[in-house]
Amino acid sequence: QLFFSYFKDLVGQEVTVELKNDLAIRGTLHSVDQYLNIKLENTRVVDQDKYPHMLSVRNCFIRGSVVRYVQLPPDGVDVDLLHDAARREARGG
Amino acid sequence: MSWAGPEDIYLSTSLASYLDRKILVLLRDGRKLMGTLRSFDQFANAVLEGACERVIVGEQYCDIPLGLYVIRGENVVLIGEMVRLLLDTEREELPPHMIRVSETEIKRAQKVEREAGELRGTMRKRMEFLDFD
Repeated sequence: QLFFSYFKDLVGQEVTVELKNDLAIRGTLHSVDQYLNIKLENTRVVDQDKYPHMLSVRNCFIRGSVVRYVQLPPDGVDVDLLHDAARREARGG
Repeated sequence: MSWAGPEDIYLSTSLASYLDRKILVLLRDGRKLMGTLRSFDQFANAVLEGACERVIVGEQYCDIPLGLYVIRGENVVLIGEMVRLLLDTEREELPPHMIRVSETEIKRAQKVEREAGELRGTMRKRMEFLDFD
């Protein structure tokens, strides 16, 4: 639930989602859910020439289970806040 | 996917916004399916009407019709909405240099690509055995 809340606060930011199949997609975070499924808007694929089939896709739903990384803007995160929240979770859990 | 209340519609990760639209589904085995989304559930299981598989080998592609498909959600990597920009929609879904070929042709190209991959694999295994530094 910690990362779900964390991603909810990131809605509207530009992120790059790297999938387990090595596909990387840049876009605006539209929404996220409890499974960390992600919906991106205004998407463009990082290595477009390698993935021609993605050309006309401008928004997509990504299943949480296939995400390897979510790359964030460096100032998009209040690291201290997140650190405190994680410590609280660890104590409570 | 959580079920959205009326206020949540705009922020929801629900696939409802893709209903009755043309979508691209990427599967874990690398296949690319296209079709009209007719139904879905919380596991991302989906019903695709008028489905076809877009097979791409190099600069060649072919759309193989499949009919009505039910896709199990665990195999789904991504569901993308295919946006219509021009009237000739098929042409601008792919880069203009790509060539459309027949099903037999693309299957032949797939076989060549697969065999080349296997050959590379066995060659590499032989080189690894030699254990170069």
